[in-house]
Formats: sequence, C-alpha cells, structure tokens
Amino acid sequence: MKVGLFIPCYVNQFYPNAAKATLQLLQKLGVDVAYPAKQTCCGQPMANSGFEHLSQGCNDLFVENFAEFDYVVGPSASCVLHIKDHLHSDTAPEEAMMIREKIYELVEFLTDILKVDKLDARFPHKVGMHQSCHGLRGLHLAKMSELVGPPFSKPEKLLNMVEGLELVTLDRRDDCCGFGGTFCVAEEAVSVKMGKDRVTDHIKNGAEYITSPDLSCLMHLEGILHRDHSNVKVIHIAEILNASL
Amino acid sequence: MRDTGTKKHAALAEEFIQDKEKADWHDGALWWIRQKRDIQANQTPQWEELREAASAIKMNVISNLQTYLLQFEANLKKNGVKVYWAANADEHNQIVYSILKEKNITEMVKSKSMLTEECNLNEYLEERGIGVINSDLGEYIQQIDNEPPSHIVLPCIHKRKEEIGALFHIHLGTEEGLSDPTALTRVARKHLRNVFLTRRAALTGANFAVAETGEYVVCTNEGNADMGAHLAEVQICSMGLEKIVPEKKHLAVFLRLLARSATGQPITIYSSHFKKPRPGQEMHLILVDAGRSRLLGREDFRNSLKCIKCGACMNTCPVYRKGSGLSYHNTITGPIGAILAPNLDMKKHADLPFASTLCGSCSNVCPVKINIHDQLYKWRQVIVKEGYVANSKALSMKAMAFTLSSPAAYQAAGKTGRWVLNYAPFAINNKFNPWYKQRDMPGGPKESFGEWYAKNQVKKEDQP
Repeated sequence: MKVGLFIPCYVNQFYPNAAKATLQLLQKLGVDVAYPAKQTCCGQPMANSGFEHLSQGCNDLFVENFAEFDYVVGPSASCVLHIKDHLHSDTAPEEAMMIREKIYELVEFLTDILKVDKLDARFPHKVGMHQSCHGLRGLHLAKMSELVGPPFSKPEKLLNMVEGLELVTLDRRDDCCGFGGTFCVAEEAVSVKMGKDRVTDHIKNGAEYITSPDLSCLMHLEGILHRDHSNVKVIHIAEILNASL
Repeated sequence: MRDTGTKKHAALAEEFIQDKEKADWHDGALWWIRQKRDIQANQTPQWEELREAASAIKMNVISNLQTYLLQFEANLKKNGVKVYWAANADEHNQIVYSILKEKNITEMVKSKSMLTEECNLNEYLEERGIGVINSDLGEYIQQIDNEPPSHIVLPCIHKRKEEIGALFHIHLGTEEGLSDPTALTRVARKHLRNVFLTRRAALTGANFAVAETGEYVVCTNEGNADMGAHLAEVQICSMGLEKIVPEKKHLAVFLRLLARSATGQPITIYSSHFKKPRPGQEMHLILVDAGRSRLLGREDFRNSLKCIKCGACMNTCPVYRKGSGLSYHNTITGPIGAILAPNLDMKKHADLPFASTLCGSCSNVCPVKINIHDQLYKWRQVIVKEGYVANSKALSMKAMAFTLSSPAAYQAAGKTGRWVLNYAPFAINNKFNPWYKQRDMPGGPKESFGEWYAKNQVKKEDQP
C-alpha cells in the first residue's frame, strides 16, 4: 500500500509541525508514505468564493501529483472534503474520480483503513475537541447533533487511546467556529463572534488544549486566543496522536 | 416600513453584534429552541424516516405541480371556494383589493402569512385606504414598530421584552417600564379581541393545501387564524404554489415534523382545516407564483420549493444566531432565505449566499431535507458568473488561482509570506487586514513542511 501525503497549502506554510506529526505517525504505523513535492492547494479558497471555474489549475495539479497512489491522506478534513466533492479533470477524468474515492482525512484513515486499536502516545492534558464542520457533517467523522441515531466519534475513539488525555465535555459540542474560508474576512464581525463563543465554551469547561482534525478552524481560534493572551493552546490531532511517551 | 437600505449582510450583522449582551441573549434563545427541537426529534420514532418521507412527498409535488394544482383548484370550486391565480405580487395585491372593494370593506385582520409580507400587501392596501392588522402577536409587534419580521416563526425574536414594553407604552398606552411578558400579552390580547370582533374580512396563509380534498391547513399557537376566519364574512387565503400535498394522509407526516422542527413542540396548539364557506360567508383562495415557477426552472435550486417554513435552519444557523434575521434584508431570512432570495433579485441579494460558513447544520435539521448548504455553494458560482461580485474580489481570486496553479510560484509566495510574518508582521497586522482586527496572525515558521521534507526525508529515501 503506497500512500500519498496531501499537505494543504496553508498547513505546509504555517503549520509544518502538524504535517511532520502526520508523516511520522503514518510511518510509525508502518505505512509506506511519500510527499509529492509539486502539490499546492485543493482549490477550495477559489471554489467556496464562487470562483470554482478558476480552480482547474489546482485540480489538474492535484491529479498529476496523486494519481499514482493507492490512498491519499491529508490532515485537513475541509480540504479532503473539497477534493471528495469537487475534484474533476477534463484531461484525466477517470483519475480524478478515482482520487475522490481513495482520499481520506487522517483520522478516518487511521480508524477505517488501518483500523488502529492502540496508540503509543501520551498527552497528559485536558483537551477540548473542536469538530470541524466539514469533518463532522461532510465526512461523517462523528455523529452530528442534528441527526437522530447511535452516537459515534472517530477522533474521540483515537484520543481515548492516548495515555493521560482527558476530554472535556462542551456545552455545544458541534457548533461552527466561524472560520469558513473567505467568510472569516468578508463577514469579520460574525466570524469573530462565532470564534469567541467557541473559545469561551472550551475555556469554561477547563480545556488546556483545543484540538481538531482541521487546522483552518484552529488557526482562527488560535488568532482569537493569542489576541486575548490566553494560556489555552490549539494543537492538531496528529500532534497529540504522535506525542511520544 | 423601515428599510435596511443598501447595506449588506456583513454590515447589518456587525451592527447587531455591537450590543454584546443582546446578541448573546439572541444566540442563546435560538439555541434553546434548537435544543428543544433535538429533544422532540430524538423522542420521535423513525424521525429520519419521516424526514425522508416528507422530502419524497414534496419532490413528487414539485415534479407534478401542474396536475396537483389543477386538482386542488377543481376541488376548491366544488367546495364553493372562489379561486384566483396570481403571477406576481402586484396581481396578488390587486385581487385582494378587488375582493375587499366589492364588499366595501376598509379594515382587514391578517394572520400567518409570510407570503403577503413578500408581496408588501399591507402597504398596498393602506395606500388604498384599507387598514390591515397582523394578529400573530410577534407580527403585530413588528407591525407597530414598522419593521419587517426577522424570523418566519418568531417574528420579533430579535427584540427583548423591555423593547416590546416600550413599544406597547407608545402604541397601546401601557404603563411605562412594564415588561412582564404575561402582562404585555394580556394587553395585546384585549386589543386584538376587539379587532377580531369588528373586522369583516380575514386573510390567512396556508401551511398545507390538500389537492385530494380542496382543503387547506393553517397551524398556529395563538388561535388567531381561527378567530379571524370564524368571525369574518369574507375569508381570504393567500398561498404559494408550492404548499400543495397530494392527499390528506400526507398531513400525518408533515404535522408531525412541522412544530417539532419549528419550536420543539409535538404539534401546534391549533391545526385548523378550512374547506368550505359557512352559510352567508365567502371564501376566496389566491394561488401565487411570484418567482416560484422561475425557481422550478432552476434545476440546482428547485428543491428549495420543498420548504415548509418551519424556521429550523434559522434556529440552528450560527451566522443567523449571531447576526439576527434582519441582516438578511429579505422577507424570508436565514439560510433558506439566502437560497430563495437570489431567485427573486440576484443583484440585491448577491451577498446572502456568502453569509454562511457552509457548516451544513441547516441541511441536517431541515425536516424536508433541502440541501441548503450545497445550494449556497452553487448560488455563489452563479452569482460570480453573472458578475455580481466586486471587481477587486475577482482580481484577487485570479491572482490566487495563478499562484496556486504553479508549484514554483506557490513555494515562492509561501516563503515570502512566512518571511513577512517573521520579519515584517506590521505589513499584515494592521487595520487594513480584517483578519487582524480582532485576531492575531499565525506565526511564520522558518521552514515549510515541503522544505523540511526535501532536506530530511528525501535524503533518507535515497539512502540504500
């Protein structure tokens, strides 16, 4: 099994540690993983702004970089969902459709494909789980509160394997953080209000760290925490799952 | 009516958020209703199957609308109801006016009709000397404040009880400072009782119209639709074309879903079925298109006609909860309003599909399973193609697409970006950057993951 590591553009530039943790975690679990150097972006920033027609360059590049792999794995639920829902190519239509089928967000790759049932990780902290909306309602990483059905949570299943980690219970477990791509600047006031309310919920319930399968949410929440000089930190879930003993 | 002018959603929502205490209260009140809805949904056996059934029934209606409408019309006539067809708001208003004029009626009581809000019926009739009173308490409050409803089920949810007390002091002569909800409701009730007794005409909307029997159903908690209709000699119903259900048995699906989704009640206090006029009474029913058939022609958006106007998408939407309904500058507000409004006036409402994080909560509470957030995404594509976004945005998107389509350009830009964050953060951290207004930028790591990988991992791979 050959896995292509998809590191979204902003993770590559601003959060290299989360990317390293993803790579190391997959290697630790015995996965043959490679990072295609010419990758850039999934195209979502343009598409969500209504400029999907400008994202073909990104689409073609994505297909070129990842067509050869058995699986594509990325540490960002939102970018993975975008590829799953929208990747298309006129020059290599079949390859594009196959990538849609074989791309996985890191958490679901660990639980559904690798079927991880124990982890050699320790993180002795109180952690609040921020459900990325695209991970939750798009990729179904956990049961969303809107639907009626049996509860499950893939990220929490993994976090519960980490020694010393205590998950805090939130008042609103799956309310959106307000990042929303260009929404975060176009609707600055609402975006920040939503982010502040999420941060307050985590702090109120005793979280020392806020984690998520999506760094875009965390970048937004980190910006708010940092401005408020809070001691609460954000950390990508890969960094917790890869935290050594 | 007070207008929001040309201000866009972002600016109007920002104004609402300025009053933090009120904004928090508004968010909490709607979230409380969302939680009540969750309790009801979880207590209802086969909730998800009910949603699926409701969606399928409505898809059938949308796909066979002409057949059902003609069947409904024939049954209405059989029952002795006069039927009218209105292509647009103007035609609708003219029909209502002509009915009233023929009877020399100068005052009308109205209840449960977002459609007549959409048509600006009150203004139209008032200009012609006919007074209209909205009898739903929330809509009555909005009417005396000369403001449109902010929510389709909870029209004045953006007002606190003290604000309502102040309005009643001015308009109904209550004691200054009185804000006890029960006391205020009693005053309104007494006032409206007199309205019901003296109005010769009553207009209602319809929640559901049954093609099979020619009856229509109005759901209220206050009983005001019944009070108006039972006391008036002329009863008028204005309904959108999409309100049809094929058979009476289908009401069993929709009545179970409607109030649970809307307010977390098992059912509304009154579910009134209106079928034929009493002796001596006249019944008129106006079938209104007003953009609905145009929507039917838009393949990606037509299933928004499944909407049963429960407002669940508003209660759950974080953007709605934080920024309030009036920020949507459209009669139907919230996520459903944001996908219905561009069909009515794309230029005026070009901002609304962008007033969302695409979190998807709306689509998943929707009792008829409208893919609201997918439609928001699709409207964005249409609005951009039609040229209704700022040139500056189009240019920056082109620049971004160029950079991200080229690995070399992207790597160079990333390097520059990280360098700026490290050595010249003042270039970004300033008031011209909306991100920075209330948030810090991420730090600028020395090395991207790609650079680190090339140094550390590729070498490793090359080793024998």
